[in-house]
Amino acid sequence: MKQITDSDLHAFVDARLSASDRASVEAYLADHAEDAERVKTWREQASALRALYDPILEEPVPPELAAVPHRPAWHRYAVAASFFLVGIATGWGAKATFAPGVQTPLSLPRQAAIAHVVYAPEVRHPVEVPASDEEHLVRWLSKRVGKDLKAPHLGPLGYDLVGGRLLSGPQGPVAHFMYQDARGQRLTLYVSRTRGEPRDTAFRYSQEDRVSVFYWVDGNFGYALSGEIGREQLLKIADVVYKQLNP
Amino acid sequence: MTGHPIVEHIPRLRRYARALVGDRYAADDLVQDTLERAWNKFYLWRPGSDLRAWLFAIMHNVFVNQARRRRYEVEQPLDDMPAMAVRATQSDQLELHDVDRALRTLSLEQREVVLLVVVEQLTYGEVSRALEIPIGTVMSRLSRARERLRQLLGGQSVVPLKVVK
Repeated sequence: MKQITDSDLHAFVDARLSASDRASVEAYLADHAEDAERVKTWREQASALRALYDPILEEPVPPELAAVPHRPAWHRYAVAASFFLVGIATGWGAKATFAPGVQTPLSLPRQAAIAHVVYAPEVRHPVEVPASDEEHLVRWLSKRVGKDLKAPHLGPLGYDLVGGRLLSGPQGPVAHFMYQDARGQRLTLYVSRTRGEPRDTAFRYSQEDRVSVFYWVDGNFGYALSGEIGREQLLKIADVVYKQLNP
Repeated sequence: MTGHPIVEHIPRLRRYARALVGDRYAADDLVQDTLERAWNKFYLWRPGSDLRAWLFAIMHNVFVNQARRRRYEVEQPLDDMPAMAVRATQSDQLELHDVDRALRTLSLEQREVVLLVVVEQLTYGEVSRALEIPIGTVMSRLSRARERLRQLLGGQSVVPLKVVK
């Protein structure tokens, strides 16, 4: 080793040097008291940081975290969820939603899935405002929802905007955009204000009966993309939607 | 129920998240978002590659996206803020509590690097890939972080007196 650099000193402290390089650094430190002092301090920092945070390894993992990588169990509940959807659609659930004092609001993916199964099969009136009037559609929904919206462009993925409509959700107005591919397969994007404090979440996935939903919360708004397509295919599209909405 | 390979890494993800964001609940939220994303994208993971480094990379992305949008930014000190000693004056030996406080004053970028290198013991190459920055940047952030901690802690010997959980 010709010249000892700062990086060599760090690699020495982090035990990333070969035996011969280690010997060179040791020889160098023997003659350079100031650097030897720095190295000593860095080592002390390292053992203090480990002493501080290593005990966390011994803590029991909270069950909600341990449960995440076992999602396939979800599918077992899909049947139960489908009964629930039927209940909602027939008004039984509406009682639970609007009855005073009942604190069981529908989850975002479930609201979105219900809107999807209601509007996606519509042949003659799938939307209120067609894509030919996109500018008006976006301006109108932005105004009603209280946020500058955009209708993502999914043409490169094979999905064209059909149009959109205004819906009523538990948190007030909801913007609903519909897309369709060449085979008539439809996707819907549901944009709603959320309850409580602004927050952000990663993508989450939910299977609501036959409807796959990817959803996320960005500040005060929740976004859910629904479709009766495979999870991985939908994830790719959700990724594009997210990127277009958060350039 | 313990079969999935991601599960065995959860304790380390929790350790790193706690050291990074400080607050226990915010840290577990970060872990949960990371696990959700990892689980959704698990098919993208190449079997045989280092799962742990892949998970830290995902956590970094989740963290940066959230930090960028205000969630942790209250904690973000400016890089060029003058160092202010945090050591209690009546004691010659530092308590771990002081080390934790000093760590909080590092910029998020420096904190990530120093924790991945020192606590998680990733190689410099793994840190570079997880954070998507060149090795040279890893080294300069590590160097600045260590020097800043040294300044803050007054170069005194650090003796673990008590463990802050």
